[in-house]
Amino acid sequence: MSVKLGVPSKGRLMEKTFDWFGQHGITLTRTGSDREYAGAVEGIGGVSLVLLSAGEVPRELAAGRLHFGVTGTDLVQEKLPLWEQQVEPMAELGFGHADLVLAVPKAWVDVDTLDDLDAVATAFRTAHGMRLRIATKYHRLVRDHLRHGGVADYALVDSQGATEGTVANETAEMIADITSSGETLRANHLKVLEDPPILRSQATLWRSRVAEVSDGDRAVAAALITQLTG
Amino acid sequence: MTTRADTLARAATLRATFEAAGAVPVETPILQPAETLLDLYGEDIRARAYVTSDALRGEQMLRPDFTVPVVEMHMAHGAEPARYTYSGEVFRRQEHDPDRANEYIQVGYEVFDRANPAAADAEVFALFAEAVAPLGLRAATGDIGILMAAVRGLQTSEARRAALLRHIWRPRRFRALLDRYAGRVPVPTRRAKLLDGALDCDAPLIGKRSQTEIDARIALLRADAAEPPLSGAEVDLLDALLDVRETTPYALAQLRDIAVDLPAIGPAVDGLAARAETLAARGVNVETLPFEASFGRTSMEYYDGFVFGFFSPQRADLPAVATGGRYDALTRRLGNGAEIPAVGGVLRPGLMLELEA
Repeated sequence: MSVKLGVPSKGRLMEKTFDWFGQHGITLTRTGSDREYAGAVEGIGGVSLVLLSAGEVPRELAAGRLHFGVTGTDLVQEKLPLWEQQVEPMAELGFGHADLVLAVPKAWVDVDTLDDLDAVATAFRTAHGMRLRIATKYHRLVRDHLRHGGVADYALVDSQGATEGTVANETAEMIADITSSGETLRANHLKVLEDPPILRSQATLWRSRVAEVSDGDRAVAAALITQLTG
Repeated sequence: MTTRADTLARAATLRATFEAAGAVPVETPILQPAETLLDLYGEDIRARAYVTSDALRGEQMLRPDFTVPVVEMHMAHGAEPARYTYSGEVFRRQEHDPDRANEYIQVGYEVFDRANPAAADAEVFALFAEAVAPLGLRAATGDIGILMAAVRGLQTSEARRAALLRHIWRPRRFRALLDRYAGRVPVPTRRAKLLDGALDCDAPLIGKRSQTEIDARIALLRADAAEPPLSGAEVDLLDALLDVRETTPYALAQLRDIAVDLPAIGPAVDGLAARAETLAARGVNVETLPFEASFGRTSMEYYDGFVFGFFSPQRADLPAVATGGRYDALTRRLGNGAEIPAVGGVLRPGLMLELEA
């Protein structure tokens, strides 16, 4: 057995995660060819590296197949109901900052807050005979947020990518998506509502609360935590 | 441990009691068309009901309650007056509380009767009170109709009254609207600029919502800004009303006091008094029966009159053992133009057995 650490397998998120571990004396590397998702860990014994999509990390942590994993707060909270019982945040890594926000066409000068959105959603339903559509992949978080805010006359439509384009394409009236700089939103003539974001997210190191740990692994896990957070 | 067989046996007994009270037993499909429920509850229902689909019939939901299909059935081909009873599974997603059942048996009793609403309310309540009597439960009652009458009587624009009525069941938003209408929150700078016509926007309009709709909303906002603020006295009266929480006779006295300054609630308060009399005539001890003006405001939003619930005082962790209320507006929404006063309730035999164990 070994302690399994799951890390995003691609792009800037992977590079920055590798850098962060490097700063704490643990060198993570991809081995083999560029296309092979295998990795190595140096600087601590008994830890094996699993490279996988950031979107799969929450599920693997909750299933106990990973002891530790790096992924965004947004993905953990969207994908895991009662996430606090399944995973524990160990360290915020200081990158991958993004807010989950509600965005409407910039030309909607009469809409700045949830309060406005509620009024407009009801009027839209009367005018068009359909509920105002919000494109998103964060169904649970958005629904909870809107229920909390008392907005009801809307419909969520699933959008797994290029969500900012759905309004111009008239498959949705507005969106809920992750944004870091807001540039893509602006380029697509959208603006963020003035209320606080639905969620502030960043890359975070999580510990699975459900993964089985052998006696040998326990010492390794403790050493890993000390080295990364001490 | 309560077995499913025990629960079904108890459900059958309860249903027989309701049949003996004059109800016709009815069945409804477990799979319900999602569209009706989505229209009624909005997207929220997806967080509470299981959704499934097939290519032919589209989205369907596992029955989250019986009331909607029973009302639809009655509105389509029911004779009047009518009393129905049913028993079967309902399904509720429980993503926030793993200890709550996501599938359980409900037994219900529904009355569609124009003749005497107060008598029908009392009939349903008394029947449920009797069914749960051995359990020593705490009863709760309320009347959403009084609050709605109060809102309809506010000295303000029709648009404001309509917005408040729409949010009766969402206390947080209701409060936010009330504060805004009373001028208790400052107008944001951007909004002030918009109202002055000083807000420039050069972004192209994208999506389905048209410029006409935006202009219409701005006109509404201007009209609302010109509206005098809701008086502090009226807000205080609403607050006093929402705070009423007493045994029925004292609650009635307090409501009569409030009605002096808020005469719009008069008829609804008379309705409460009439109900109290019919309840007493049915043997309910009205002297000690609690009445709470805001009870039922956070439950499913179709009750618009009398509401009640029975709870275990020892097991505050359990949901209500029985709940019910009046839902006249629901028959209107599902009735394609027709409507009929209706009141009913549901019991959970599984919880009853758990409490008896």
